[in-house]
Amino acid sequence: MRAHLLMLADSRLPAGGHAHSGGLEPAVTAGAVATIADLADFLHGRLHTAGLVAGALAAAACVHAGTSIDWALPDAEADARTPSPAQRAASRAQGKSLLRAARATWPSAVFDGLRVQVPAGAPRGPHHPLVLGAAAHVIGCTALDAAAVAAYGAVTGPASAAVRLLGLDPLGVQRALAELAPDVDSVAEEAAAHAEKDWAELPAASAPLLDQWAEEHLRADLRLFES
Amino acid sequence: MGRGYVAHAAVTAEAGPDGRTRLTRLRSDGPIALRETPDGLYLVGAAAGPLGGDRLRLDIEVGAGASLTIRSVAVALALPGDGESRYTVNADVEGHLDFAPEPTVAARGCHHHAHARVALGPHGTLRWQEELILGRHNEPPGLHTSRIDVTRAGHPVLRHELRADPTSRSRAVLGPAKAVGSLFRTTPSTPHTEPGLAILPLPSGTTLANAHAPTAPTLRHLLTKAQTLLP
Repeated sequence: MRAHLLMLADSRLPAGGHAHSGGLEPAVTAGAVATIADLADFLHGRLHTAGLVAGALAAAACVHAGTSIDWALPDAEADARTPSPAQRAASRAQGKSLLRAARATWPSAVFDGLRVQVPAGAPRGPHHPLVLGAAAHVIGCTALDAAAVAAYGAVTGPASAAVRLLGLDPLGVQRALAELAPDVDSVAEEAAAHAEKDWAELPAASAPLLDQWAEEHLRADLRLFES
Repeated sequence: MGRGYVAHAAVTAEAGPDGRTRLTRLRSDGPIALRETPDGLYLVGAAAGPLGGDRLRLDIEVGAGASLTIRSVAVALALPGDGESRYTVNADVEGHLDFAPEPTVAARGCHHHAHARVALGPHGTLRWQEELILGRHNEPPGLHTSRIDVTRAGHPVLRHELRADPTSRSRAVLGPAKAVGSLFRTTPSTPHTEPGLAILPLPSGTTLANAHAPTAPTLRHLLTKAQTLLP
């Protein structure tokens, strides 16, 4: 089980995460992030907003994945917490990729029904944290494990994007991540504490600047990352 | 038990036989005084605050065919006191509700939670505007959490929370902004951004506009601009 969890958190799982910067690229374009100190501040804010919400959705999905759940409700709950259309699209694109990788890696009927049926159209990709939570359930992990992977991914994705975009010292970036690690743990614990509650009660912390940049990025002329 | 106010105010608006909206219930309580005017219903802060320890609640019902406009006469100043303060607004909207009070100022040391739950009926429509000023002049803000949950026939439409705390100074969240606000409308839109403003269409055919600014007047200007960009 522990090795499966490490696989799920590993960026080498071919789930398309490398194509997304978690809002870091538009933040760099806007001049808001240029140094490792800037990056650490950015990651701290992202962790406590997008990371907390993703962690709570993943933890709740992990708890509910073992039941005969209709994924339409959690899908709508994730939508309601993601006001930026660009961020909804990024979450669904990453969810679709993770679902494909997870189904191939850990075949299970739990993954059936995660894609959202759309009247008169191809099913949409599911939101990324919901797939993450379902996968955590399939490999026998806890809601806290699911939240931890989500919170960890919320900072490691933008951190590796920063190395590529800004040419920051990779070891310095790792040091910044290590300093953030206790915060990642506490956000995961806060997120997992909501796992058994009604979906309506999960956190909905927002980051107005991330929302704004996500929209600007979609219309940028030149971009290396999808989001 | 704390020493704060515990208050429960309520208003019900219904459409009369002539189609005009009447207020069939109007209950002021403690710091929440409700005054009916030709321009709408005004919230009058009948006491300072909210102060730590206060438990304030406002229930709003807008019946089918009725239209209710709610404003306030002055800013609310969230102040420290005996622990946390809470302000809960519950709205059941079958008709139209336009809720846009003056800003809340999160003063140094405050610990305030504002929570709005808006349940829209199948044909209910809503305009909801909130503004938060982070501290008085040259003052760091206290802790302020505001959350709005909008549902339609029990289905989630928007769940949006803003935590003003040390973390929100992050360049990913609010950065140096001193004023932040949002406008929610049950009308569709197309995505739009400009400095300090993002118009965000939601999947349900509704819209959230987020604004952030260095000052309260700039924030108001951005939200007014957002209003003109929505149908």
